[in-house]
Order: sequence, then structure tokens, then C-alpha cells
Amino acid sequence: MQIDELIDNFSFFDGWEDKYKYLIELGNKLPHLSDDKKTAEWKVPGCQSQVWIIPHYEKQHIYFEGDSDAIIVRGIIAVVFIIFQDKSAQEILNIDVEEIFDKLGLRDNITQNRRSGMLSMVDKIRYYATQSLGK
Amino acid sequence: MFNANDIRKDFPALSRLVDGRRNTYMDTAASAQKPLAVLNRIQKMYIEEYANVHRGSYWLSERATENYERARQTVAQFINAKDKREIIFTRNATEGINLVAATWGQYNLKAGDEVLLSRAEHHANLVTWQQWALKTGAILRYFDLAEDGSFIFENFKNALSERTKIVAVTAMSNVLGTLFPVKQISTEAHKVGAKVLIDACQFAVHKKIDVADFDCDFLAFSGHKVYGPTGIGVLYGKYDLLAEMSPYQFGGDMIEHVSYDKTTFALPPARFEAGTPAIVQAVGLGAALEYVMQYDFNDIEAYEKELINYTTDKLSNIPNLKIIGTASDKGGVFSFDIKGIHPQDLAFVLGKEGVAIRTGHFCAEPIVNLLGYNSLARASLGIYTTKEDVDEFINALNKAINFFK
Ligand SMILES: Cc1ncc(COP(=O)(O)O)c(C=O)c1O
Repeated sequence: MQIDELIDNFSFFDGWEDKYKYLIELGNKLPHLSDDKKTAEWKVPGCQSQVWIIPHYEKQHIYFEGDSDAIIVRGIIAVVFIIFQDKSAQEILNIDVEEIFDKLGLRDNITQNRRSGMLSMVDKIRYYATQSLGK
Repeated sequence: MFNANDIRKDFPALSRLVDGRRNTYMDTAASAQKPLAVLNRIQKMYIEEYANVHRGSYWLSERATENYERARQTVAQFINAKDKREIIFTRNATEGINLVAATWGQYNLKAGDEVLLSRAEHHANLVTWQQWALKTGAILRYFDLAEDGSFIFENFKNALSERTKIVAVTAMSNVLGTLFPVKQISTEAHKVGAKVLIDACQFAVHKKIDVADFDCDFLAFSGHKVYGPTGIGVLYGKYDLLAEMSPYQFGGDMIEHVSYDKTTFALPPARFEAGTPAIVQAVGLGAALEYVMQYDFNDIEAYEKELINYTTDKLSNIPNLKIIGTASDKGGVFSFDIKGIHPQDLAFVLGKEGVAIRTGHFCAEPIVNLLGYNSLARASLGIYTTKEDVDEFINALNKAINFFK
């Protein structure tokens, strides 16, 4: 799925129930990480649930795997991945996520609080991107 | 007369809609909302009575000093300290505990000495002593609580020894709600010559602090949890003990004489209040404590007991919900876990219903892990919590449970 399609899908919901149901659905499609991959190295700090994001550097692009023990949070990871999947490190760093969160209508409640994770996930992804540029 | 429905109206934030919904604030244990009396006091101080304290000899500075020192007196009254010089203003409880560790701890703990904590301490108490134990070579010891969170006096007593130099415990657990028998702890600790520090952060909200009765050597709490402003806290210390302690921060206001080579320090509490203090916040805290003291703590406790029972009953009727911490002697804090629903997911949905709860390890990671969890949900009560709040909370819980079915 592309980000525009996601924004489009989100625009049909008015209540939180549908939005969260859809997030959970997106999360359900995210493959689970095996337990041996859920290590401190990949853990996203500052989340109230446990979140892991693992980068895979392939040619020009970075791919991500991720998981959480909370299901709405898994949905949020899925959204973050749609935003950042299949991009080069430079493209990742150029993305204005705040604007996308706004368009998704996910800003309040989920993104406001850094600790609830979305922005910490973005920070972690940006960190991986910056690191790969430095290599 | 104590009536939570009326009290609730004194707190402007609770009458506002949050995100279009009734504000059902069940996170007082993290920080309390503020009554209008406190907000008005702060504004009045800034407009009519503001200047730096302990310095100018002009009218405003004298008023500011007078108000700041009166707030100290109010705190002394609130905790039943006999001498207001035993009250040190800090930023929060965390700073108060750090102050004790960095002053008393630094000079009194030696390799092999023991510091005794319960297993349920907040990071403010746990990490502080853990780190000072590492610095001084002292040994950190913990005593266990019962599985239901109850305090077991034997466990405490068995962990206490001639080597124990300080017992640093909470008076009420922010995770389990358990109330600790503070007075008996002090008596027992003093028998072996240990000092006693009480973390009264949660206790202060629910019960009457009485340092004369507790006979503790130190006691710390935060203003923001007892309906006061952020940025202000209190450390109580027995005067003779404070007078023996060296300062740990240096600068203005804490000195007696300064030359280029040498400084003599002021007596407590000034010795421990280096620099310009949180003047208005202290006065705001005074107003918050005066607000609470309008009521008899017996009434506050009686009402809370009723509300605890009410909440416990309602929670107990929810299938797959487990209350974590069911000691018979507990304050208004309900940690819980619902099988199959992550606390974070739950909090998202409750948030959408206007219900504020806390999730995670509540800055007490070791005990939450020891209980077998990474994360828990927690609802907590304040002076303004009504049955309607509890009902809204329970309804939202049921709605969330249905949602995740
Ligand atoms: C039992 C206990 N101790 C200490 C603290 C620390 O309070 P503060 O962060 O205001 O210093 C808290 C607050 O969360 C607490 O609940």
C-alpha cells in the first residue's frame, strides 16, 4: 500500500472505533518477529509497550521489520512502515512525517505523546537512516 | 462537610471537556489537578506580591519573603512538624531523596553498611540509593512484600540488622497501593540505630502525615501530587540531623559569610536551598495544603474507603481482570491487568472515552517485573474523584473489552 491510499482510507472514518479497528487490521498483517529478534538492540526506547524495529540495508533501500506486544501499536508500526518502506536513507530523512500524521488524522492522542511511541519509532528509523549514510 | 461532587467543581480542569468528552481523570497518582484556589493564589502572587525573597528590604520583597516563609509554616502544619526550620523546599520528592543521599548518605555510608528498601520502591527512591550504594560501597538490601502486596512485618524485621544504616521506604506504594506501617518501621529501625526516610509521595494524597507520630528522620513528598504546582516539593528532616549535614549545592542564599578562600554556611533550611527558590510554587503549595486542610483527614479517608470498596467491587465483576495489589490496608490506587489486552491498547481506547489512566511500569519497573508483567494499567483516586468518575471508568473499560473481543 502507498501512503496516499492509506490517507484515503483513513479519511472515511469518523469515530475512533473504526480508525482503531483499521489500525488493528493493518497490524494483524504485520508478520511477528521471532523471540530471538526481540532484543535490546532493536528496542525502541520510550514506548509504554515493547516495540522493536529492525533495519535491513539492501542496495539503495532500507527495509524494516517490527513488532510490538500491543495490537494498536502494531497497527501504528504498520502505518510507520508504509510511510518509510522502500526508501533510501536520504528519502527517509526528507520525509515530513508530521504532515503525514496530520493528514491521517492520527496526530492527537496517538502522536502527541512521544512516549506512546509513534515519534520514537520515527526517531529510531531516522537513526538507522542516518547511520547508514555515515557508513 | 466533605462532598466529592462539590470538591470536583473546585477543580476547573475537571469541568472542561477533553477532546469533546467529560474529563474522567483517574491518574491522580501520577499528578493531581489543581483547585482554583491554588491557581488564584499563584496569579495574585505574581501580580501583587512578587519579588525575590530573602534579599530586598523593599515592600514587595518583604511580602514575597513573608509568603514564602508562611508556606513553609503551612507545610510544617500539614505534616505536623514542630519546627518550620525542618522543612526544606525542593523541586519534588525525587530531589528530596537525592538530597538526603548526597548529604547524609555520602558522609555516613561506608563499605559494608546496609541500606534497606522494600521491593516496591519507586525509582526515585530505588535508583537513588542503588547509585549511592555503588558510590559508597554500601550494600543495598530489599525486603519482600506478600504476593497480594501486603506488608509483612517479619520480612522487614528479618532484613534489618546492626549493619543497616538507613531504611528508605514508601509510606504507600504507587503500584500496589499498600500502606506501610511507618511508625512501627521507624521504631524497629531506630532500635538498630538506623535512620528512616519515608517517601510520602502517594501517602500525602490519601492519609494524614504526622512526622511527630511517625518519628521518621526524613520524609519527602511532591507538591504536584497534593494538588499543588509542579516544580515544588518538600523534604522534612529532624532539625539536629539537618544541622549536622553538609550542603550539596552551593551558591546564593545558603551562605553565612563568603570570602575569596572560604565560606561558612547558613543554618538549615537555608543551607539546603541554594539559589533563588521556586517562590511562587512554594506559595501555591501552601494554598493547596490549606485547601486540603479545610477538610478533616478522617472524612477524606472515610470517603476514600467507601470509594475503594465501590471500585474494587466493580473491577472484581469484570471477567479476566486481575487487580494487582489487594492488601487490606491500601490507598486509592488500582493497578490491574486484563488477560489478552495490552495496557497500552486499553489506555488508547479509554483515552478516546475521556478516561485518563496510566500504563507501563509506573517508574517502579523492578516490582512490576517481579509480579510477572512488563506493563500494567493503573487507575487512581483523588479528593475530587466521584462515584460517577468510577462509573465512567468502568463503562469505558467494558467498552474497551468489547472492542478488543
Ligand atoms: C511513591 C512515589 N515516590 C516518588 C515519586 C516521585 O515523585 P516526583 O517525580 O514528583 O519526584 C512518585 C511519583 O510518581 C511516587 O509515586
